[in-house]
Amino acid sequence: MTLNAHLVVTRPRFHLDIELEVAAGQVVALLGPNGAGKTTALRALAGLTALSGGWILLDGEALHTLASERRPIGMVFQDYLLFPHLSALDNVAFGPRCRGASRAEARRGAAAWLERVGLAGYVAAKPRQLSGGQAQRVALARALAVGPRLLLLDEPLAALDAHTRLEIRSQLRRHLADFDGATVLVTHDPLDAMVLADQLVVIENGAVVQRGTPAEVARRPRTDYVARLVGLNLYRGLATGRRVTVGEVGFSVAEHLEGPAFVAFRPSAVALYRTRPDGTPRNLWEATIEGIERHGDNVRVHLEGPITASADVTPAAVADLDLTSGQRIWAAVKATETHAYPA
Amino acid sequence: MSGASGGLSGVVPGGGGSRGTVSGASGGVAGRLPWVLVLPAVAGMLFLTLPLAGLLIRAPWSTLAERLGEPQVLEALRLSLVTATVATLVCLLLGVPLAWLLARVAFPGRRLVRALVTVPLVLPPVVGGVALLLVLGRRGLVGQWLDTTFGVTLPFTTAGVVVAETFVAMPFLVISVEGALRAADLRFEEAAATLGASRWIIFRRVTLPLIAPGIVAGAVLCWARALGEFGATITFAGNFPGQTQTMPLAVYLALETEPEAAIVLSLVLLAVSVIILASLRDRWVSGP
Repeated sequence: MTLNAHLVVTRPRFHLDIELEVAAGQVVALLGPNGAGKTTALRALAGLTALSGGWILLDGEALHTLASERRPIGMVFQDYLLFPHLSALDNVAFGPRCRGASRAEARRGAAAWLERVGLAGYVAAKPRQLSGGQAQRVALARALAVGPRLLLLDEPLAALDAHTRLEIRSQLRRHLADFDGATVLVTHDPLDAMVLADQLVVIENGAVVQRGTPAEVARRPRTDYVARLVGLNLYRGLATGRRVTVGEVGFSVAEHLEGPAFVAFRPSAVALYRTRPDGTPRNLWEATIEGIERHGDNVRVHLEGPITASADVTPAAVADLDLTSGQRIWAAVKATETHAYPA
Repeated sequence: MSGASGGLSGVVPGGGGSRGTVSGASGGVAGRLPWVLVLPAVAGMLFLTLPLAGLLIRAPWSTLAERLGEPQVLEALRLSLVTATVATLVCLLLGVPLAWLLARVAFPGRRLVRALVTVPLVLPPVVGGVALLLVLGRRGLVGQWLDTTFGVTLPFTTAGVVVAETFVAMPFLVISVEGALRAADLRFEEAAATLGASRWIIFRRVTLPLIAPGIVAGAVLCWARALGEFGATITFAGNFPGQTQTMPLAVYLALETEPEAAIVLSLVLLAVSVIILASLRDRWVSGP
């Protein structure tokens, strides 16, 4: 295990307490809502925020006792923080210079890094002359040029527009694949996390609520936040056999479970009926329409009732069923469309 | 910075501002100017500009070149430029680190230190001169020790002029630089730290370039203040031609004997002020 950290930061009205393990070459994404403590965790790893407790071990070496400038890290900040008075080349050469390289050596290395991120033609450009995507790449080159063993990325794509983001995301993925140290990435964008990370650590209110591979987390969300991120309806209930009871709604599920369990299903798995459909009373509940909004090509209907749920229906269905806010409606989910797992 | 720059920028666009007000009001809904405001405003403007106009009107233009060439004038001019420049350098050397300390390091009594440092800004310069004499004078607290240990005496020497000017001018620099430091984004320094820069390297290669406009503005203000210094200089350094007699002192002295020479010297100081004002204005408009 390359990075082993237990980060405790206590401030008035905020407490962060998380454990992190990142293997060499692995990318771990800290995912969470604003104010969850992801950036604080990253700053603690960088030494920019003091730990109130815990430790940071990198290859068995204690990092938490070192000042920022003595840690073998590279950090990419959310808005890059390229030094405005230095050229792209000098920005990248800054780190190696500080770590003892000669001027010529540092500049040679920096030029090579700029070439590697596809900016060989921008050596002399000042940060204000660079586009967002170019600045992001210079920032990445600057962080990697010091040869860090731990790479820290704070919302590396947040400042980019949608189109650039797509391009830079795939480039970043390539550079991260080439990097053999440990990488910790902070993001609030599930897509960035899914594409870039090998492991997700979901943080809410300063604590880890879930960790696992992107596929695991997406399939089996354990909090409303994660469920919303991956676009699932999620409920916690009590399982007996192939049945999970969530409040007054009973779900029949494919899995055999006992005890506390989660039930998850996609909004598109929810069918709406004006009148109570015949047949099984399971997976069926009467709801009130709270709101209707466009969602991609479909329409998302927000339902309140014994359980809160989202249903995705086609615009045609909205017209057919004559759906309006405040209307009473029956909602049903097929057992095969639900996914249940132990809580 | 705020006090000094506010005062200057208030003076500079004043002319344009009053024109804007007139045209704006005449085109506006009210249609009528509030005379209660306009009359004192015009009176104030005249009061500030008339004396300068007087200086220009009464200047002996025909003999100007000749007068400027007089050795006494040249001597005073040279001494003023040299001492003001040296004083500014001393201010930079001591004031920038002091501003950094006040802006970046939280230590007990920081507010008190900041208040004390800015005292020379509001202190009557003569009082400053007296205070300097008491401390650095030949029998002063520190001056005595300087005299016996190093054989250095500051009062009534050219070095004394520099000391007096530095004392009066440094707060301008400290306030300007501290303001720039507070406005500078600390995260650049954090970024530098993650790249392995020590605090000194961060200061030299990141902080200083980022606050350079503030330092330049502060240094110019500082230099202008040092150039015009009168009270503390005459009290602490005396009035010896060629040694401690700077331009303002020469103006004051010449006023009694040769009013024309006083006018010429004043014109030179006025020209310097206008040039400084113009250069600072550019700096602030184009600066970050």
